[in-house]
Amino acid sequence: MKYAGLLVMPAGFFLTLAALLLFPDPTRRLAFVMCGLAVEAMGLVVAVRGHMPARGASRP
Amino acid sequence: MNAMAPITSAPAAAMSEAVFALTLALLLLAPLAIAGIALINAGLGRSRSAAQALLGNLALGAVAVIVFALVGTSFAGTLGTSEIAFHAAGKTWGVLGRGPFLMHGLGSATPQAQLALIFEFMAVAMAAIIPWGSGADRWRLAAGIASAAVLAGIMFPLAAHWIWGGGWLAQLGANFGLGAGFLDSGGAATVHVLGGLTALALVWIAGPRRGKFPREGLSTAIPGHNAVYVLFGCLLALVGWLAWNAAGAVIWLHAPLAALPGTAINTLLSAAAALLATYSVTRFRFGKPDASLCANGWLAGLVTSTACAALATPAEAIFAGAVAGFFTPLLVEVLELAISIDDPSGAIAVHGASGLWGLVAAGFFAPQAGQLTAQLVGIAALLGIMLPLVYLLFALLNRVVEFRVDPDGERIGMDLHELGGGAYPEFVIHRDESYR
Repeated sequence: MKYAGLLVMPAGFFLTLAALLLFPDPTRRLAFVMCGLAVEAMGLVVAVRGHMPARGASRP
Repeated sequence: MNAMAPITSAPAAAMSEAVFALTLALLLLAPLAIAGIALINAGLGRSRSAAQALLGNLALGAVAVIVFALVGTSFAGTLGTSEIAFHAAGKTWGVLGRGPFLMHGLGSATPQAQLALIFEFMAVAMAAIIPWGSGADRWRLAAGIASAAVLAGIMFPLAAHWIWGGGWLAQLGANFGLGAGFLDSGGAATVHVLGGLTALALVWIAGPRRGKFPREGLSTAIPGHNAVYVLFGCLLALVGWLAWNAAGAVIWLHAPLAALPGTAINTLLSAAAALLATYSVTRFRFGKPDASLCANGWLAGLVTSTACAALATPAEAIFAGAVAGFFTPLLVEVLELAISIDDPSGAIAVHGASGLWGLVAAGFFAPQAGQLTAQLVGIAALLGIMLPLVYLLFALLNRVVEFRVDPDGERIGMDLHELGGGAYPEFVIHRDESYR
């Protein structure tokens, strides 16, 4: 889970790069960049959930 | 008030001696920001780890500047004109600097480049110590030093070249018409967001302090041992931040001297608004204001100002700071209670999240068309490349130099375990209830 989330995040970044190259129109470009950020946010959520310790895991 | 000159990606005009002297003087005050963060890191940890915490700030900063001098300056490309780049879609994408190693040629560099180099030295030291507070009471000093070397040798130079060294983020304006390219005059991205993301990777790898998240009930509160250190650190940081933001505006935005009072006022307003917002939120939620969270709010306002103080009007600076101060205590609570992240210094929320907000706010406040898109592309690069990369490097490093101290060291405190003596030798270390 945690590694999957961290792998999704670069995918979101490449979407933002694609937006720069594919859309000369500023509005569409901004929208596509925000889609890339949304993908990164989803990857971050998955990574966070994957790293959540089970309750009591920090108990000695 | 916003007297900023038109911002361009083109090389600045030659710097006058007066501007050079003033900027150099400002940069010599900037270490006060680092001193403030060091005090805050020490004060938010436990008393049994205070000496190790402060020594760690010094040691991590020392290693970071040496590694940056040896290799980082070359990769950042501050003194050189060549870079490793690839060409795609008819554009040049600068990825990594290829300057001289060991700062060869420093004496013959332009005054602008010399000041930029000093700024980067301050920035790399600050970026290295930000995650140290998040690993308080469990992160071994040797592992912290190794991590600082990785940060200063690889991560920071990469970001610095992209943003400050004429790399692909700096060229977004020239290549794609996105404003003036990615703007980060105070180091919100290269220092604070990078430091905050590094703190997140560290906390994930090292795990929470023992007893922090019990089997039942809410997480255990482990308050910092010295609120005076923390609050005095905030005041100290303000002085450094005022100098830091003003110097950054001159070096990276080529701002005229007439713009510096506005930058300093905006820095102060952002911090003040953030403090008042956090004060109100904690007063409303807990019945009394929380000193530690108010300190976090003050710092969040300062971090936000690093991105936008040179670009905003005073009203915009107050708004940006207030938003940062409002959300910081809530985010600290969410990170701890909802997703079980043990971050004693709050670096992830204070430096990471507030830095990101400041960069977005700069995109809104800057007058150039397309600036918001440029800022969002930069944020996407930080989250999509820097976080996975720093996590990967730290996970590999953890196999070589174990990050986490052994349970016995955590029980007796990092001072006795790692240094053989405590910061407060006359104190008796009480048995912690969580270790029964």
